Amino acid sequence: MSAAPVILTGHAGVGEVVEGEALVSPDGFSARYDLDRVTGRISRESHALFGASLAGKVLVCPLAKGGFATSWALLDLRSRGLAPVAMLFTWANPVMVQGAVLAGIALMDQLVPDPMEVITTGDRVRVDPKAGRVEVIVRAR
Amino acid sequence: MRLAREEEAIRAGQWGQPARHALEMQMAVGEFFGAREMVPVTSAHLTGDPESMGDAGLGFVEDLVRQGARFVVPTTTNARNVDFDRYRELGQPEEVAAKERRLRDLVVAMGGIALDSCTNYQAICQPRFGERLAWGDTGTVIYANAVAGARSNFEGGPASYAAALTGRVPAYGMHLPEHRWGTHLVEVRDQPRTASDWGALGVLVGRQLTNYWLVPVFTGLEAEPSGDALKQLGATLASYGSLAMFHIVGVTPEARSREDAFGGRAPRGRIVVEPGALDRTYRGFVPERDTADLVVFGTPHLSLFEVRELAGRLQGRRVHPKTVLLLTTNHHVKAMADRLGYTAVIEDAGGRILAGPCYYIMTPRELARRHGFRTIVTDSAKLANIIPASGYNAIFRPTAECVEAAVTGRVSA
Repeated sequence: MSAAPVILTGHAGVGEVVEGEALVSPDGFSARYDLDRVTGRISRESHALFGASLAGKVLVCPLAKGGFATSWALLDLRSRGLAPVAMLFTWANPVMVQGAVLAGIALMDQLVPDPMEVITTGDRVRVDPKAGRVEVIVRAR
Repeated sequence: MRLAREEEAIRAGQWGQPARHALEMQMAVGEFFGAREMVPVTSAHLTGDPESMGDAGLGFVEDLVRQGARFVVPTTTNARNVDFDRYRELGQPEEVAAKERRLRDLVVAMGGIALDSCTNYQAICQPRFGERLAWGDTGTVIYANAVAGARSNFEGGPASYAAALTGRVPAYGMHLPEHRWGTHLVEVRDQPRTASDWGALGVLVGRQLTNYWLVPVFTGLEAEPSGDALKQLGATLASYGSLAMFHIVGVTPEARSREDAFGGRAPRGRIVVEPGALDRTYRGFVPERDTADLVVFGTPHLSLFEVRELAGRLQGRRVHPKTVLLLTTNHHVKAMADRLGYTAVIEDAGGRILAGPCYYIMTPRELARRHGFRTIVTDSAKLANIIPASGYNAIFRPTAECVEAAVTGRVSA
């Protein structure tokens, strides 16, 4: 366990303060291209997180991919308890942000340092979008 | 974000609750991306179908109608889950068709037009230079931006409804010149010949530039691209790279010269498309088996020229009894194809031409279960990119090879 707290900062995101367990994806994410929206699991066989559920996680991801389906999917996933609680991207795109706003899911991007570099799967993370701040509270063992 | 007087009125609820909520969502998105103001748009193209919206999304639209929402700009609908006249014979669920009917009625009740097409720009709403739009389907957006010089971000599902209700969008991204300028130079040394070759070019570039904020600038292209070629290039770049803009020097309106395309800045990177690269792109899609269960044309919706070409290739031939051939287009092209006899040729060969739907939203998992589909052969790189999420082995091939696959029932590596 590292002693120094890991804090990431950036521009204000959308959504409320949340905590959750990080799920880090080396691949980009689209709810159309990668997800079975019925089960909330990654269904693209070539995706690094194939088979994983996003429910309740803080998804950490380099890129938002794809088109409009994602903008609806987040609300639908949330209504069925299958949505991530927050999403941290290196680069978000408009449809991902529009979907997060509709669904009320926290989303931030362009954080420093890049969450892809400093967050690992299983870390417990606190996301404060309005303050533009993310903190790793407990490191994964 | 600075609001104009009319926007303050919307925010105060003077246009009703739906427009107020729409503006609040738009402001949240706009502030995320650093927008300083809203700008009026001339049209909205709605994206949303029951398959991608889910019951929660349908509920959102039900609420709008219940609250008396009205669209304030011309508003059209994108491709659907079903062709209402043909879904039963394909074995699509009745429930999805019922939801589509309901959604269509809700959109029409708010003043929308049930266009049901992802190629609105080819026949109905030609974008013009500098026009600001709120379009949702990514293929329509990149075409409007790149080919016409109009201005739109990806206004996805709820954002397209929001823009239709407020008549404006937050001005960030593709509304600002600095985000439209090129970032990467693409030197093409393998000339695309057919529309699907332009799709292959889109695959090559879209796999490397996977970020909404990147803009490729193509040079070295010798052929004059057709509208269908530009449609395939754009839809593929949007699909693989989530890109909303490209330039072709000497062809697209914001790229009269290389300097023009880059806004006077230096390229951040360079991609070279070497001879043979397009063919290798097709061959990178490797069939697990050599049987073609399904052959699909029409992502994005086929133009009349494309339907005519396919009819010509299928004339006097017969689709293999174990292979299903589907063409998807919009109502207006279908009506023309009926009149001109193309539909009869395609249906006589054993194919089906559907009006309104697009395969990747046609309940593809359900159809795979029902018909045992696994291998899908298509000349649409976009479809080949999307459909694996629904459990398919997708094989992208040139149009002529796809027709051969339909007729022989086989696809080769």
